[in-house]
Amino acid sequence: MTAMIDIAALDDIPRQGARVVKTDAGCVAVFRTADDQVFALEDRCPHKGGPLSEGIVHGTSVTCPLHAWVFDLSTGVAQGADEGAVRTFAARTEGGRVFLDATRLRQRSAA
Amino acid sequence: MMRLVVIGAGMASGRMLETLFEAGFAGRVTLFNGEPRGNYNRLMLSPVLSGEKTYAEIVTHDDAWYVAHGVQCHFGEHVTKIDRERKVVVSKTGETPYDALVIATGSAPFIIPVAGKDLPGVCTYRDLEDTNAMIAVSKPGAKAVVIGGGLLGLEAAAGMAARGAEVTVIHLMGHLMERQLDPSAGYLLQKDLERRGIRIHCKGATKAILGTDRVEAVLLEDGTVHDADLVCMAVGIRPETRIATDAHLEVGRGVVVNDQMQTSDRAIYALGECVEHDKQLFGLVAPLYDQAKVLAATLMGQEAAFKPVQTATKLKVTGVDLFSAGDFADAPGREDIVFRDPGRGVYKRLVLEGEKLVGAVMYGDTADGAWFFDKIKSGEDVSAMRETLIFGPAFAGGAQADPLAAVAALPPEAEICGCNGVCKSKITAAVQGGAVTLDMVRATTKASSSCGTCTGLVEKVMALTLGDGFQANANPPMCRCTDHTHEDVRRLIKAQGLKSIPAVMQNLGWKTVGGCASCRPALNYYLLSDWTLDYADDRQSRFVNERNHANIQKDGTYSVVPRMWGGVTTSAELRAIADAADRYAVPMIKVTGGQRIDLLGVRKEDLPAIWADFNEAGMVSGHAYAKGLRTVKTCVGKEFCRFGTQDSTGLGIKLEKLLWGSWTPAKVKLGVSGCPRNCAEATCKDIGVVCVDSGYQISVAGAAGMDVKETELLCAVPTEEEAMEVIAAFVQLYRENARYLHRIYKWVAKVGLDWCKAQIMDLETRRALYDRFMQSQSVYQTDPWAELAERPSDWAPIADLTLRAAE
Ligand code: SRM
Ligand SMILES: Cc1cc2nc3c(=O)[nH]c(=O)nc-3n(C[C@H](O)[C@H](O)[C@H](O)COP(=O)(O)OP(=O)(O)OC[C@H]3O[C@@H](n4cnc5c(N)ncnc54)[C@H](O)[C@@H]3O)c2cc1C
Ligand code: SF4
Ligand code: FES
Repeated sequence: MTAMIDIAALDDIPRQGARVVKTDAGCVAVFRTADDQVFALEDRCPHKGGPLSEGIVHGTSVTCPLHAWVFDLSTGVAQGADEGAVRTFAARTEGGRVFLDATRLRQRSAA
Repeated sequence: MMRLVVIGAGMASGRMLETLFEAGFAGRVTLFNGEPRGNYNRLMLSPVLSGEKTYAEIVTHDDAWYVAHGVQCHFGEHVTKIDRERKVVVSKTGETPYDALVIATGSAPFIIPVAGKDLPGVCTYRDLEDTNAMIAVSKPGAKAVVIGGGLLGLEAAAGMAARGAEVTVIHLMGHLMERQLDPSAGYLLQKDLERRGIRIHCKGATKAILGTDRVEAVLLEDGTVHDADLVCMAVGIRPETRIATDAHLEVGRGVVVNDQMQTSDRAIYALGECVEHDKQLFGLVAPLYDQAKVLAATLMGQEAAFKPVQTATKLKVTGVDLFSAGDFADAPGREDIVFRDPGRGVYKRLVLEGEKLVGAVMYGDTADGAWFFDKIKSGEDVSAMRETLIFGPAFAGGAQADPLAAVAALPPEAEICGCNGVCKSKITAAVQGGAVTLDMVRATTKASSSCGTCTGLVEKVMALTLGDGFQANANPPMCRCTDHTHEDVRRLIKAQGLKSIPAVMQNLGWKTVGGCASCRPALNYYLLSDWTLDYADDRQSRFVNERNHANIQKDGTYSVVPRMWGGVTTSAELRAIADAADRYAVPMIKVTGGQRIDLLGVRKEDLPAIWADFNEAGMVSGHAYAKGLRTVKTCVGKEFCRFGTQDSTGLGIKLEKLLWGSWTPAKVKLGVSGCPRNCAEATCKDIGVVCVDSGYQISVAGAAGMDVKETELLCAVPTEEEAMEVIAAFVQLYRENARYLHRIYKWVAKVGLDWCKAQIMDLETRRALYDRFMQSQSVYQTDPWAELAERPSDWAPIADLTLRAAE
């Protein structure tokens, strides 16, 4: 079963940007695309730990601010020649609010 | 020595002279041209009109070329008479004798004889004057009417529309470009143009041009009135034969020539659009270039004969792909093969006569054009491949659908560049001979140097020959999101009045949604630099450091560098820095190479608070993270130093206060030294000032990072005021012209220091640059720290689930 928890208002996240949610096991980056889709990814680049939440968001991808690896927001997989992936979490919007999958987040903190 | 006189410096005579000099011609050449300039690439007027190229880029022969070949030039001087008896030509400066005379007067646009045709605001489309007249009028909101929906008319319409004008095309026939396209392809073209906002009125006959002092509207036979600030007539051309007729040479529709390009007078030759050969006239450059070769050989006393070949047509409108070759009119015994994919806007039609391909029209996907054209010219039997013929070489050869396959399948003798008649094997040979860049291939074979539509094909042939060693043109597109170079994009933003990132991506055909991390910051910079007052900075298109106004560190913390004007500080500022370092537990305090102090390892959520503390102590952001002004390094100067000639510290502070806050293509650093001992290392900065007794030596384009380079002198000025004006103007010149991420030294290497000097030494230009710089400063010279410190919540996490778990 999934329990979605209300995280913030959609407008707290800039379009083509991200904000961070703190959890026990590290930060999760919540992205908002130009067309208001939201995605939640672990905020830690598999390359050298760069904060993906600070990257430039383009289409449904983000470019890591430290060494420019590009990740697909929906799968968390690195694009092009780079190999690696970050964990993704279910996210959705409803009534102008953003919800994240609490079950996964807790599992993550339990693990 | 043979005295050769040439009338007309156009495409045909230009090529003829090149060939002649290459062959070692020993005579003396005198060249007359009606236009007040030498030879430029007339075909490329359309990209100039649309803003994709500048006039300077399409000049084919500059002054240096004429001087180098000893050509006596009379530009802006018509030849009014040929005296065959005395073998002289007459022009306003007198008589010029000839042993051999070449008539290359091209053609004159046809003007429809309707009322109002002479009103100001009516132009044709033939030369630079026409092009400039259209550019001057084509402002957003202006109305233009183009009469004529052929090649020229449509290029004029698309060019003016690209600059923002509302354009209507009036075309007499039922569909556009009826001489090259069948109705189906004409219809697709019309739809494409309408999608760009161009109105098309087919079956429209012009009755009169209306207006009192200037053109105001166009009236059609059917009663329709189209408002117009400008009317361009592009309804056809007729050979310019007046001087030949007056000299009683044999003239039909054009000046009649034989296979050696000789007229009815043995000493007089003619070539280009003004001639008639075997009852035929010519309106595209490919056959003219052949004529040029033949005439050059004839003048060198060699044997050569002109034989017209078939030509193929392409329309030079960015984003419209059409190709037409051969004969595609319906006729008994002819059959069609048609392929349509309306969803993709693709249409292809092949016309067969017996076993042979005689015509091809393609719209939307023209990749196989060269292959079909080759089949048409060779007249080979295509019946065996008829079933898959329309799918092109990829199927005929059984090869993969590889983008290079179509080109690989071309035989060595297949024509790649139609304008210059360059075949595949000639390009292959040039590449194997060491021409590894597009420019080198252009220089050695002339391929892709005229109308430019074959550039992609030429690159494919190069790629096939070079394999992995091939790097497409030396000036590559901005990034993988677009085919445009940085330079093109900068020009088009201005020409088309594009004022937002989505507008640029939409109008210039970006291939990705939302661009990428490389093009977005560049576009954001170009827009804010070009539309200072109208554009709203897009924070989300900024790289992290500029978005957060601090340098990100490897562990995700940030560094904070307050400005220390000219490297001068006070005990109060030092105390504030020390307090902040303690309060936020800063792991390292470092004196930088830029004469100020860096606090490294600050946590993101503490940034607003530390900024507020610094603001309180009177300090602002040092922009140590910005593509903008960084530091102005100074030495102590004459106030304290026994060698100082001027107040270098004071000038450095004034310069930093003038320039701080400005965004630039890449970072900008200055140094001001009080004497030539140069303790501020001014001569390896982007801009350096060395004070001397008589004033200030301003030098630019130094580097001391990945490249090390000494600055070069821009100018010397007597006063501080002038030094400041020159430097601000120079920074603005850089801001307006450089490619994003190019430091000043890279940009100057491209445009040339002499050009920069000319701009800055011209007082009017300098003043205008300075004013534009100050206008930009009125918007951008604000302390970002003060603004952002007011919203501390933006810098903290939006939610903290660790707290919830604890509840
Ligand atoms: C702090 C400082 C080193 C120091 O401890 O002294 C420094 C630190 C950095 N430099 Fe530098 N540079 C510093 C003076 C210089 C100088 C010397 C100077 O300015 O007199 C140079 C050579 C001159 C020049 O600019 O070319 C210099 C040439 C570079 C370059 C090479 C640029 C180039 O085009 O060749 C880079 C890389 C870049 O900009 O792409 C760079 C990039 C960097 C970055 C921003 C790397 C990065 O992207 O994270 C470093 C950020 C550190 C931080 O987090 O604050 N830094 N850097 C100096 C800050 C000066 C200031 O007060 O603003
Ligand atoms: C906007 C535009 C786009 C085009 N695009 C293409 C294309 O994509 N592909 C293509 O194949 N063709 C294209 N053409 C056609 C091509 O430009 C012409 O075929 C070619 O320029 C003709 O060359 P020419 O030397 O005969 O004449 P021109 O290039 O016209 O040169 C003739 C010169 O002679 C001068 N002159 C005339 N009379 C006198 C006199 N009495 N004394 C002194 N000087 C005189 C004129 O001022 C002129 O400069 C285009 C033409 C235009 C206008
Ligand atoms: S030289 Fe500059 S960029 Fe390199 S490590 Fe030192 S501070 Fe960083
Ligand atoms: S840490 Fe993300 S690319 Fe290096």
